[in-house]
Amino acid sequence: MKFSLVSSVAVVAALTAQMAQAETLRLLTWGGYAPQEVIDLFEAETGHTVEVTTSNNEEMIAKLRATNGGGFDLAQPSQDRIASAQEEFGIYKPIDMSRVNADLFIPSMLAATASNSTYEGEVYGLPHVWGTSGLVVNTAMAGNVTDYTDLCDASVAGQVSYRLKRPTLIGFAYSMGLDPFAAYDDADAYQSILDEVEAMLTGCKPNVKTYWDGGDEIKNLLRSGEVVASMAWDTGGWQLNADNPDITFVAPEAGALGWIDTFVMPARGRADDAAYDWIDFVMQPEIAAMITNTAGNFTAAVDGDAGVNADLKARYQGSFDQAAIDNIKWYPPVPAGLEALEGATLDRINAAN
Amino acid sequence: MTSDTSRLGFYLLLAPILLWLVVLIILPHVGLFIVSISEKIGPREYETGFANYAAFFNEPLYWRTFARTAIMSILATALTLILGFPIAYYIAKLTRGRTKTTLFLMCMIPFWVSELVRTFGWMILLRETGVISNALQYLGLVNGPVEMLYNDAAIMVGLVYTSILFMVVPLVTTLDSLDDSLIEAGYDLGGTSTSIMREIVIPHAMPGIVSGCIVVFMLSLGNYLTPILLGGKDSLWFTGMIYTQFITRFNWELGSAFGFLLLALSSLVVFAGLKLSRQSLTETMGRA
Repeated sequence: MKFSLVSSVAVVAALTAQMAQAETLRLLTWGGYAPQEVIDLFEAETGHTVEVTTSNNEEMIAKLRATNGGGFDLAQPSQDRIASAQEEFGIYKPIDMSRVNADLFIPSMLAATASNSTYEGEVYGLPHVWGTSGLVVNTAMAGNVTDYTDLCDASVAGQVSYRLKRPTLIGFAYSMGLDPFAAYDDADAYQSILDEVEAMLTGCKPNVKTYWDGGDEIKNLLRSGEVVASMAWDTGGWQLNADNPDITFVAPEAGALGWIDTFVMPARGRADDAAYDWIDFVMQPEIAAMITNTAGNFTAAVDGDAGVNADLKARYQGSFDQAAIDNIKWYPPVPAGLEALEGATLDRINAAN
Repeated sequence: MTSDTSRLGFYLLLAPILLWLVVLIILPHVGLFIVSISEKIGPREYETGFANYAAFFNEPLYWRTFARTAIMSILATALTLILGFPIAYYIAKLTRGRTKTTLFLMCMIPFWVSELVRTFGWMILLRETGVISNALQYLGLVNGPVEMLYNDAAIMVGLVYTSILFMVVPLVTTLDSLDDSLIEAGYDLGGTSTSIMREIVIPHAMPGIVSGCIVVFMLSLGNYLTPILLGGKDSLWFTGMIYTQFITRFNWELGSAFGFLLLALSSLVVFAGLKLSRQSLTETMGRA
């Protein structure tokens, strides 16, 4: 048995070595993170082909869980969702740091992501794109909205939208003077924070026009003027700002919520070489700038912001002064089981009248 | 010898449907059931039990959503029948030849585009800055924009629109098979329009009505897109809950249990509907 295993591994290894020149990279990522021009350059340079599937955090984990980590060669979940998903489902394999050109990464982000995505001593994630969630506000119609809880103000009644997901719970908790991240490891303390937020959000419900689900949905609502203040991603706000100067992203007083989307290797991915090639390729400063220009978010690449277009930089600086950057609340890794508590709270808010 | 070959032929013909049933329906359900009876006690640790089903009955939110979904689906089925019957009657009995084909085709045309596109169409019509709201303002009937989206009425409109074809088609088929001379005889014997409808047309169309209702009810109960896109902040739908459990909560165990409960509910309602209308499933499916 052992012998046959060894020999089959040897056969597989020999086969993969032969195919090493040209592999198909099946990339599971977010919309905008793999623009066609970048793919064309990559395919021309390395000979690999790239198949892109766009998704979101929850669907990425669900897809990989369904196949025990197969079907994709590289995925890009947020850094706080890696360690718990690995603990629960074992869907990733560790990053081989010897194959990564660490000089391409901003050292502080590389280190932070590595420590957040470590499970049983192995590192599972490399940083790629980062950004924040906060408020996207039509400043002409709702200039008074500067913090999450302002969304519950009577002046914007019926013209507010946010998602019914965990960032909303956390943003509101900070705005109410609580510290949910500090309570992550204490289920009872976290539950009492959730209870306070639940009361707040249930009371806030009449103010809400609808809970949004997809990025396009909230952009439509804001563009049409049906919604004047919302909790959303910074890029959405900056994209709308290009069409309508009144609408922009506002870093909330309680702090924007910072996320880092990463590179992880699915456990049963087949094209590891292509995956490491892709990581090296997209972390080059000029390629990183191309991705920032399409995705709207900055990357963890050294000098990646040099080639970013001036409009986007101006919008970023307009939303974030140094104090706002220092005030960003970065998501720590989510302990396993926490999401069940949040889920129950979200269900109750959804059902409340 | 002959019986052997015919038996072989029988099994060969049976094979595709057996394969379909076993591979695509029975096996996934067995898998789903096994997942639904495993309780999670820790990371990567599970034990067998019925805790997921217990969670459904202990949490009012779940069974209320469940009941709400069932009631709204039954309502949508009734509305579809009320709207679909006159259409089907008109197509089957009052038109001939080319007009009939054209009308039938017109019922089908909206179904040439995907459900998602149709639902977005309704969103464009109903939203605050949408077509209907603007038209009403233009005509001076209302002063400000009206929001017609994000409520239960919008869901109802969407469900009826999505499923009306599946009511009209079986109704047209059964009404077509009703001999016109029977209706004429009814008038000759002094029947009124109402009594002929009640005594002749509806009893004859009953299998079509029942099979149309079964299909529409199933489609509404299992619909995901329409309630999620058109529904508002309070509009929970059971399929949406199953999606949430599977995808955003990573709780496949509870999601599977919900899936089984939905299966049980739809079977139960169809069974009750057949009993109430005194139809048998074989007759309904055979004639419609």
